[in-house]
Amino acid sequence: MAKSVLKKAIPATSSDPRIPVTLTINGETVTREASPRLLLSDFIRHELGLTGTHVGCEHGVCGCCTVMIDGRAGRSCLAFAVQADGAEIRTIEGVAAGDGTLHPIQQAMMECHGLQCGYCTPGFVMSMLSYLEETPEPDLSETAIREVLSGNLCRCTGYNNIVKAFRRSVELMNAAEG
Amino acid sequence: MKPALFDYVAPETVEAAVAALAGDETARPLAGGQSLIPTMNFRLSTPGRLVDLQRIAALRGIAVEGGTIRVGAMTRHRELETDAAANAANPLIGEVLDNVAHIAIRNRGTVGGSIAHADPAAELPCLLVATGGAVTVEGPGGSREIAAADLFRFHMTTSLDQAEILTEIRIPALAPATGYAFEEFARRKGDYALAGVCTLLTVEGGVCRAARIAACGIASRPVRLAAAEDALAGGTLDEAARNAAGEAAKEYVTAQADLQASEAYRKDLLAALVRRTAATAAKRAGG
Repeated sequence: MAKSVLKKAIPATSSDPRIPVTLTINGETVTREASPRLLLSDFIRHELGLTGTHVGCEHGVCGCCTVMIDGRAGRSCLAFAVQADGAEIRTIEGVAAGDGTLHPIQQAMMECHGLQCGYCTPGFVMSMLSYLEETPEPDLSETAIREVLSGNLCRCTGYNNIVKAFRRSVELMNAAEG
Repeated sequence: MKPALFDYVAPETVEAAVAALAGDETARPLAGGQSLIPTMNFRLSTPGRLVDLQRIAALRGIAVEGGTIRVGAMTRHRELETDAAANAANPLIGEVLDNVAHIAIRNRGTVGGSIAHADPAAELPCLLVATGGAVTVEGPGGSREIAAADLFRFHMTTSLDQAEILTEIRIPALAPATGYAFEEFARRKGDYALAGVCTLLTVEGGVCRAARIAACGIASRPVRLAAAEDALAGGTLDEAARNAAGEAAKEYVTAQADLQASEAYRKDLLAALVRRTAATAAKRAGG
């Protein structure tokens, strides 16, 4: 098995009670302890060291912290780590292939200039990945794509290039399937 | 932006969950968390104990039986939205859920959580009131049924007691010869609506035999627009009748003016939504 990229457990520095949490993250099963009030987003970033999941608004509006929880996109800032006990989580770190080859969605975002500062990008990629895995024949109309992307905010691109990247992702994914 | 500390339990039965809620006034059930957790992140709510309902298998699932769609309270929005049998029995369900927040929120948010939260701008309480649905709740004193009309009291306030858990939602199937429509207006797709309207019209021989219309976002709870219903029932659903229904709806707006809408604007919006949903429902009823 490949060497784990996850951080070592951090010693407790607060007097909060700690509850054991076992979950699978990007295919690797880990057990850590978490205060009941620790958000899943903070657990992923601070406890596991996977800082690709970004934190924007912390109340579910911006979509930066979107990860996949049991196969479906969800806000990691609107879940407690203890709720994810037994869950399978996927984050942006698990999207590219092991050799670093970009996933078609990442490739499309790059080709279409779907990102500028990149802060919102992991959330967009996870939302698109979840939707495209769930939907074999996505509606590629402008309105339908914008509805799918409506749960993620971007302050740089004006969205046009992200919509293009969505369409390009579908092309690349279909080509990869042959 | 970090919640205050709370005690966390995740029981596997409804009885254990009720026991965990009873005896602690500060205890609250945690369903999908898509409304509760943001308020906790802001420390607008600081429950002393959260009773997580997600491990209770009995609270999940959708069944269509004898003209009723039965939905377990912990069923996710997206599960109901994409359930073929439920939508075949009442296509209004999918039309309403498409307007609830965004996919990532609907993947986590639950039907029961949304209804128990009772946000007056939320779509599912409006659906329940419009269709004349009901819920089952369980508490220390056993279980009881509450009709939609008796469930919603005020902003974020239902007739559930603190230690009661909403366990099942029942939505009637679409009645024969009945057209439906839901429409809302929000500044952005997925935002809470400035107003939303759910309309059901039963049409026979070109005449409206029954009308049920409910609105969200206009008052302290979802409301039936009885005067608008009266303007349509018994008539032919022509443009004049639809306009009259829209005008009649305006008196139900009691929400205070806010940064997004003045009172006059919200009244005009409600009237427009009543006219539009009545036209769509009439067409779908074959009238």
